[in-house]
Amino acid sequence: MDFPVEVILFLFLLATALTVALLEDLFAAAMMTGIFSLLSACLFTLMDAVDVAFTEAAVGAGVSTVLFLSTLALTAQREKQHPFTWFPLLLVILTGACLVTGTLDMPHYGDPKAPIHVHVAPEYIAGAERDFGIPNIVTNVLASYRGYDTFGETVVIFTASVGVMLLLGHRRRRPGPAHRPTITPEGAARMRDFAIVRVVSMGVIPLIVLFGLYVQFHGDFGPGGGFQAGVIIGAAVILYGLIFGLSTLQRVVPSPLLETGIALGVLLYGGTGVASLLMGGHYLDYAVFDSDDPKHGRHLGILLVEGGVGIAVTCAMILIFYSFAGRALAREAFDEGGGGQ
Amino acid sequence: MSEVLGLWNYWVVIVLMMIGLYIMIARDSLVKKVMGLNIFQVSVIMFYVSMGKVRGGTAPILPEGGAEGVLFSNPLPHVLMLTAIVVGIATTALALALVVRIKEAYGTIEEDEIHALAGGDGMDGRSAVQGEAE
Repeated sequence: MDFPVEVILFLFLLATALTVALLEDLFAAAMMTGIFSLLSACLFTLMDAVDVAFTEAAVGAGVSTVLFLSTLALTAQREKQHPFTWFPLLLVILTGACLVTGTLDMPHYGDPKAPIHVHVAPEYIAGAERDFGIPNIVTNVLASYRGYDTFGETVVIFTASVGVMLLLGHRRRRPGPAHRPTITPEGAARMRDFAIVRVVSMGVIPLIVLFGLYVQFHGDFGPGGGFQAGVIIGAAVILYGLIFGLSTLQRVVPSPLLETGIALGVLLYGGTGVASLLMGGHYLDYAVFDSDDPKHGRHLGILLVEGGVGIAVTCAMILIFYSFAGRALAREAFDEGGGGQ
Repeated sequence: MSEVLGLWNYWVVIVLMMIGLYIMIARDSLVKKVMGLNIFQVSVIMFYVSMGKVRGGTAPILPEGGAEGVLFSNPLPHVLMLTAIVVGIATTALALALVVRIKEAYGTIEEDEIHALAGGDGMDGRSAVQGEAE
């Protein structure tokens, strides 16, 4: 019974979570959530969940920290101090105690005979070689055995980003600042003036995008796939926007392109299913794509579906960033353009 | 003693969940509540992934030259959780967008102040804030 590295990482994780709870400076708390995500990504790697670790590192330490910071720029940097009350603490301790009692008859950590390991999982692992010939079992389950779930989740991402756009209206121009065609936020201008930040990011961004593409197309063989690639490429583009400003980024990646892309990604996923229906199979049954070699047909189907997920997730991440950053710029311009008059 | 020690992963997850839940209940700042929700979410993900771990197992990727005699960790929790993370960031973004709009409507993101301003009727609070601004 020795898991020294995991125990140490867990202690760090708990300490970080406690710090987030205690900090009143929301800016510092947002940075701590980034560290929290990075630590949990390390733990996922130790638990053999390499694909999950990939996603958590790119999402938690990258995209979500940026989103929290953008929200803080639009709202408040500190939270108000409140007198300590016992009721929430008691409630939480009670909940925790109930759950600990519930774990007493759970299978132990790493127990190979646990119920979770004896039902569908052996079938999925055996099927990976028999039906697919694709080494990454996670990709097989994601895109094929559990293809309906993944389609639903892609649609949830689509819906959430549409919701963010509706709430924050990234295209709406407020009255007033029309005489300033290109709005350059002061913050972005200052970021660009830092030579080290600029030079390093210029070197790193192409490599991140290249790595994202590798994760996308090599996802059948190694850890990776559409979700991971989408957040990695999205994070690279957002980094570019943070340093060179939103208006520069929107010249490179215009938002109509992203809006089309996110719908196209969902359509590609759903369309692959419809295509398999039209060719005489079940919905998302890729074997019909190649009547001579079902393995090849399944491979093609997974590639298409993962491509759809990758496109949708990349575009959703960038569009969400546009909505938040655009809101900040619109407000800045509104204030400067005499909005208070 | 080892009967109980094998359950440590659940307990760490439960403590994490308690911290997240406490932030959501006790703190009034809406941004802080979303952070608490994130910690709660990571604890649930950690719960699933730690159940999928098999002692002596390896990442569920077939090695070259066949998988004879190789023990893999359970791939199913990995699949469910990796999509949950990406869905989680999309819903977090939606929550934060709502927070931004609440700040614009009420001028604050502290829950108790919003309740005081709204006074049971959301639209009254809104006009009260705008009245103060003018």
